[in-house]
Amino acid sequence: MGEVIVITSGKGGVGKTTTTANVGTGLAKMGKKVVLIDTDIGLRNLDVVMGLENRIVYNLVDVIEGNCRIKQALIKDKRFDNLYLLPSAQTRDKTAVSPDQMKKLADQLKEEFDYILMDCPAGIEQGFQNAIAGADSALVVTTPEVSAVRDADRIIGLLEANEIKQTHLIVNRLRNQMVKDNNMMSSDDVVEILGVDLIGVVPDDEQIIVSTNNGEPIVGTDALAGQAYMNICRRLLGEEVPLLDLNGKQGLLSRLGSIFKKN
Amino acid sequence: MGFADFFKKKSSGSVAKDRLKLVLVSDRANCSPELMEQMKNDIINVLSKYVEIDLDGLDIKIQQTEMEGVEGSVPALFANIPIRDLKSQKK
Repeated sequence: MGEVIVITSGKGGVGKTTTTANVGTGLAKMGKKVVLIDTDIGLRNLDVVMGLENRIVYNLVDVIEGNCRIKQALIKDKRFDNLYLLPSAQTRDKTAVSPDQMKKLADQLKEEFDYILMDCPAGIEQGFQNAIAGADSALVVTTPEVSAVRDADRIIGLLEANEIKQTHLIVNRLRNQMVKDNNMMSSDDVVEILGVDLIGVVPDDEQIIVSTNNGEPIVGTDALAGQAYMNICRRLLGEEVPLLDLNGKQGLLSRLGSIFKKN
Repeated sequence: MGFADFFKKKSSGSVAKDRLKLVLVSDRANCSPELMEQMKNDIINVLSKYVEIDLDGLDIKIQQTEMEGVEGSVPALFANIPIRDLKSQKK
């Protein structure tokens, strides 16, 4: 029996989709059978982040409306064993599916997959309700900014109200040097304010943009963010992994690495 | 950041944290206006059995407040209810 995890944030642009792509890919690399569901109907993005945009035939709404079987709509990622994507519909809107239908779909997928990751749209309206309907636990993504943390606080309240028992926090786009200079809130600050368990800190890494440009998840690579995502996956599977040292590699090795890559 | 700035200004990281804490106090205290209205009416009804309340001066709200022995802040109901007249008790 699989687990349904919703990746949500409230605020847009903090890295939900990137997190979904990388955590999902990481879990698949670790041998789990994973399906990623883009629940942002009308503004689909997970397909391009994953580099699978050219392979879409059917989508989430087609499955819900019974135009096709689930299997027909699932895109198998050829790069990784056991990784599938259920893309969202681009020409419909969030009212095309209901929370009940999403829950039913999630329950069906649970039979066959170890992890079902729901990429939630920004906001707290029906799209959010759809995404969390079938969820067993949640990954709340935030950046160390006032607006993002405020929205995350609201989302955490709503998740509790909807009886989602486990909520983990990911602090994304942390800039270690700025934290040291006291010009950015630290992950500890954010955890203290939100009062939920931290499952990972992802540094602000230029390599993320490069990997998204190429439609290739960064997880599992040497890049600092790639390591951070892999650590999150390991923690999800119950391993105790210490927080990544954000000072070490960024200074020398990866900078050297990026110099060579440029040429 | 210049040397002089170091003494003049609080670092922006702590400014952010302080602002965030303040914003969340009011966000978290927010309960629906209908519920507040119902609660207010019930409180008025109960108290009116015993005293005459000055409805214009009435102020009831939920705020976050520090409490001994509890980490962080907890919500508390603050009520400022001016009394016009104590009803004479009959025996």
